[in-house]
Amino acid sequence: MDREVLLKIEGLRIEGRSGDGWTEIVKGIDLTLHRGEVLGLIGESGAGKSTVGLAAMGFARDGCRITGGTIAFDGTDLRQIPEPARRALRGKRIAYVAQSAAASFNPAHRLIDQYCEAPVVHGVMDRARAETDAIELYTRMQLPGPGDIGFRYPHQVSGGQLQRAMTAMAMACRPDLIIFDEPTTALDVTTQIEVLAAIRDIVRQFNTAAIYITHDLAVVAQAADRIKVLLRGQEVEEADTRAMLDAPREAYTKSLWAVRSFARPEQPPATGTPVLSVQGVTAAYGKTRVLDDVSFDIHAGRTVAVVGESGSGKSTTARVITGLLPPVSGKVVFQGAPLPPALKSRSRDQLRQVQMIYQMADTALNPKLRLRELIGRPAQMYLGLQGRALETRIRDLLDLIELDPDTYIDRLPGELSGGQKQRIGIARALAAEPQLIICDEVTSALDQIVQEGILKLLTRLQGEFGLAYMFITHDLATVRAIADEVVVMQRGRVIEQGPKAAMFTPPHEPYTELLLSSVPEMDPDWLTRLLDRRAAGH
Amino acid sequence: MNFALTVILGLVGLFALAALMRWGARHALTGQARAMAHDMPLTAAFGILVILIYTAVAIAAPALAPFPERDIVGTQFQAWSADHPLGTDRIGRDMLSRLIYGARNTVGIAFATTALAFVVGSILGLWAALVGGWLDQVLSRLVDALMAIPALIFSLLLLTIFGTSILSLILVIAAVDATRVFRLARAVAQGIVVMDYIEAAKLRGEGSWFLIRREILPNALAPLVAEFGLRFCFVFLAISSLSFLGLGIKPPTADWGSMVRDNATLITFGDVTPLLPAGCIALLTVAVNFVVDWQLHRASGLKEQ
Amino acid sequence: MDGLTQTRSGPRRTATGGRTPWEDIVLSNVLRIILVRVALGIGLLFIVSLVIFWATELLPGDLATQLLGQSATPETVAALRDQLGLNDPAPVRYWMWLSGAVTGDFGVSMANGRPIAEMIGARLGNTVFLALYAAALSVPISLVLGILAALWRNSVFDRMANAGALTAISFPEFFVAYILVLWLAQTGLFPSMVRINPTTDLGDRLYMTFLPALTLTLVVTAHMMRMTRAAIINLMASPYIEMARLKGLSPLRIVLRHALPNALAPIINVIALNLAYLITGVVVVEVVFVYPGLGQLMVDAVSNRDIAVVQAVALIFAAAYVSLNLIADVLSTITNPRLMHQR
Repeated sequence: MDREVLLKIEGLRIEGRSGDGWTEIVKGIDLTLHRGEVLGLIGESGAGKSTVGLAAMGFARDGCRITGGTIAFDGTDLRQIPEPARRALRGKRIAYVAQSAAASFNPAHRLIDQYCEAPVVHGVMDRARAETDAIELYTRMQLPGPGDIGFRYPHQVSGGQLQRAMTAMAMACRPDLIIFDEPTTALDVTTQIEVLAAIRDIVRQFNTAAIYITHDLAVVAQAADRIKVLLRGQEVEEADTRAMLDAPREAYTKSLWAVRSFARPEQPPATGTPVLSVQGVTAAYGKTRVLDDVSFDIHAGRTVAVVGESGSGKSTTARVITGLLPPVSGKVVFQGAPLPPALKSRSRDQLRQVQMIYQMADTALNPKLRLRELIGRPAQMYLGLQGRALETRIRDLLDLIELDPDTYIDRLPGELSGGQKQRIGIARALAAEPQLIICDEVTSALDQIVQEGILKLLTRLQGEFGLAYMFITHDLATVRAIADEVVVMQRGRVIEQGPKAAMFTPPHEPYTELLLSSVPEMDPDWLTRLLDRRAAGH
Repeated sequence: MNFALTVILGLVGLFALAALMRWGARHALTGQARAMAHDMPLTAAFGILVILIYTAVAIAAPALAPFPERDIVGTQFQAWSADHPLGTDRIGRDMLSRLIYGARNTVGIAFATTALAFVVGSILGLWAALVGGWLDQVLSRLVDALMAIPALIFSLLLLTIFGTSILSLILVIAAVDATRVFRLARAVAQGIVVMDYIEAAKLRGEGSWFLIRREILPNALAPLVAEFGLRFCFVFLAISSLSFLGLGIKPPTADWGSMVRDNATLITFGDVTPLLPAGCIALLTVAVNFVVDWQLHRASGLKEQ
Repeated sequence: MDGLTQTRSGPRRTATGGRTPWEDIVLSNVLRIILVRVALGIGLLFIVSLVIFWATELLPGDLATQLLGQSATPETVAALRDQLGLNDPAPVRYWMWLSGAVTGDFGVSMANGRPIAEMIGARLGNTVFLALYAAALSVPISLVLGILAALWRNSVFDRMANAGALTAISFPEFFVAYILVLWLAQTGLFPSMVRINPTTDLGDRLYMTFLPALTLTLVVTAHMMRMTRAAIINLMASPYIEMARLKGLSPLRIVLRHALPNALAPIINVIALNLAYLITGVVVVEVVFVYPGLGQLMVDAVSNRDIAVVQAVALIFAAAYVSLNLIADVLSTITNPRLMHQR
């Protein structure tokens, strides 16, 4: 490989506007990238990875400003040249692929028009040549109907295809460097690997250097030669991909693996009457059938993970169980007795027994109520606690979720971190003293290290109170960590269900196989092997 | 020109006073109020100061006015003098006194109207958003139809029917305005109703009243307060316009809109006196708008973070 | 992509290629959306006319007594009632009124018995002239100011424009009008009263109507500028604008090619909203400048409680208002790529 240095960033400092003043969000980052090399930039939300990625183009978003350091691209400091000179580089020699392709394509123009824009404006080729070129790149990106797809408008094309079309667009001028900003984060797992493979291949074919920004270590391991870990605007460590995966040096980097290494002790198979039994439930929104004959049981002290991609009906199942969506047929049986289908006809005690924790703690907690009221209300309402007894109970609950009562009891949700908010969601569910808690993607909005804390807490509480969990998730790593039984759903149907051990050992249903095999592993060769295997299988 | 200079000096003075007030607030207040004083632009401070002055004048009108509101105390159209600082009007009433009483009448009536429109409009709007279904459909379609008639035209139509007394003025403007408040309150509440915490409360088994009072209202309050300011401006201008057209508050009650109408002839002679009541209307509306603008800016700024 | 769309897209097109069957389907789709909108608009007008008609029913006393005065004998009143069709049931009278209104026959005034169509006649033209005059001045000015303020966001220009607009919005129309009178009419530059008749030629008309048009322009421009600015700022924050910047495009190209096509719909709505506002704004301005328009007529009719005239003028204003919103709705449908090119 050519070892010529393409990009050298030294002492980069970037500030962001906050209220009246400016706060530093990137605090002195150094970065070196050689021609044809792919650097993975990983970190949690707020690590400043996107900001660094954009700065590599000499660009700062509105409300941000670059305050220090040098950004030398091919020997030229992007901070020292005038804006028109920077513009001449952008799109031509340095290109960008955004996280949400659906929002980043202009809805008013066809894909191919947007493709041709950069090559024509930068004078790389004429329009006719660019069109032919686009079709060739669409073919290489394995877009269906490459000769035709460019003549569509963005909203006529699916998310995974748009992301590939955007990568093709970034390639249009055959740039030296492409910034990929979380290009697969918004996609379903099965789509994610297709896009990931397409990106990796095209970057290799053209020997393009790339900065691949993501929060997912396993994803970046497939594409990057080297990995740099960021935390709150500072570098934690940098190493070659294999070295980083085999032996991370820093404690923080090790913690990024944590959720994948966390595993709950095996539970013996459950017997007796299940806490909750979903029996032959079929449900519909208006005339659209969304659930078709769904059945499964949940036992006390056990966790049932319901897995599927978006649109599989897993959240709808939860709506049927809670009574928000009465089923067309079938029933929900709680401890041997059927629950009334509609929320309104359920008794207060029936409501108390099934509690729910939501994905987005931000929207699940009323931002204008203090923790005291948020947690206290169910205890007051269901258990009739008042005054001193209520206060004691709220404090006990805060202790249970490992938040100091004296510090937190009078805070508003806005004064908490994401993980703390999710803990409050848990406390609110516990306050009702339920038998079953439905956890709807409770960890998917959280950073890895915080996820682990939440999973450990849920596991501990399950042991203490014998709770049954219904765990809705699309993340198979989480399923591996905590589930006793797994229900796989696709398009409103249960595809397969059984104990976790059985589910993770072949043979599987084809869809389960696809789902399982699509989860990236912490192994740089995983994608290659998978693609080989799939190619051989066909 | 001399007069224009006085006005400019007066405004500069008010701004200086507002700056002083803001400085005082930043030092004297604590906690959240202090933080608010810190990000307050000068225009907002000016707005608050003007609103305070108007309120004080409205409350203390009888003590401040040199002459009674309705008495004829001189000959018609007297020039500015020591006895009558702003002269007299068309039938010889003291302009300054009527201007001061106008703060009470015009602003008071506009405030009462806005408050009425607000209570009716926002309760119905929140209710429609929460309950949904046919109730929401019926109310919303009704409001759509009523809003298809321009507000001023609809008010004129209703005033023809109910006559132009002060009570019917208040009711008519409040009714027309309540449709606009309904729209906003419903939109705001709909944004809140889809939040998971509302679903959580419903799953808990909470009733409608609890949901409106504890879950929706606290979150809808900020936009509703800003809207109250905007609505007040709108109502205030509408009432003033109607009074100006001779269809709103009528003499002998002192009112700024009708004072302009009554004395408009002077303007063609180059006398600025009839513009003073109009200026009073404009100043208060500007002040309220400045404060609302600041609040809206704050709300959107907080959202971004 | 599902197979259906594939087959629909038919033969491969070149960039300049002609229409395919697929696009015909899309066009007919848009036509359907537009027809539905127009039908809804007509339905809305119908309801509005019902509301306006229903208002008469609330009026104490009746038309015949009002026309003849309290001293009339019961016989003459009854005869007139019969003649005016007041004894018919309400739905019949509504139908008579509406079908008359559609053909331009609004009945007679209660105040003086003259046909209302005759009273409205030239005034309608005058009001439309004034509104168009103001629109011709205000639309270009406010769009340019609004777009500049959005592009130079937080600059001194933006702050000044904003403060100025906020102030102008806060001024009652008659205040703006009288300031202009004091400033421009006092010096004899422009007339403070508008004396025009159907024979006045265009030049004179434009000169005579300048002050009322300027008053309306000042008030409407402020609103329109603020809305345009907000719409553009909202647009410039979209990820596809950032993408365009990251492709190294020039600011001019970004605005013209990436922002403008998407800004059309919001801008059309802003214009429509303000033209609709102009319709009611004319009322006060017409009174200040003694302009012989519909607004003046309506104010007089309200003072005299001449409900027949009020109804007629209200219906005209409401129809103009509804039509404007309808046109805006249709235009923004046509300019919306998501609707024009459906899946």
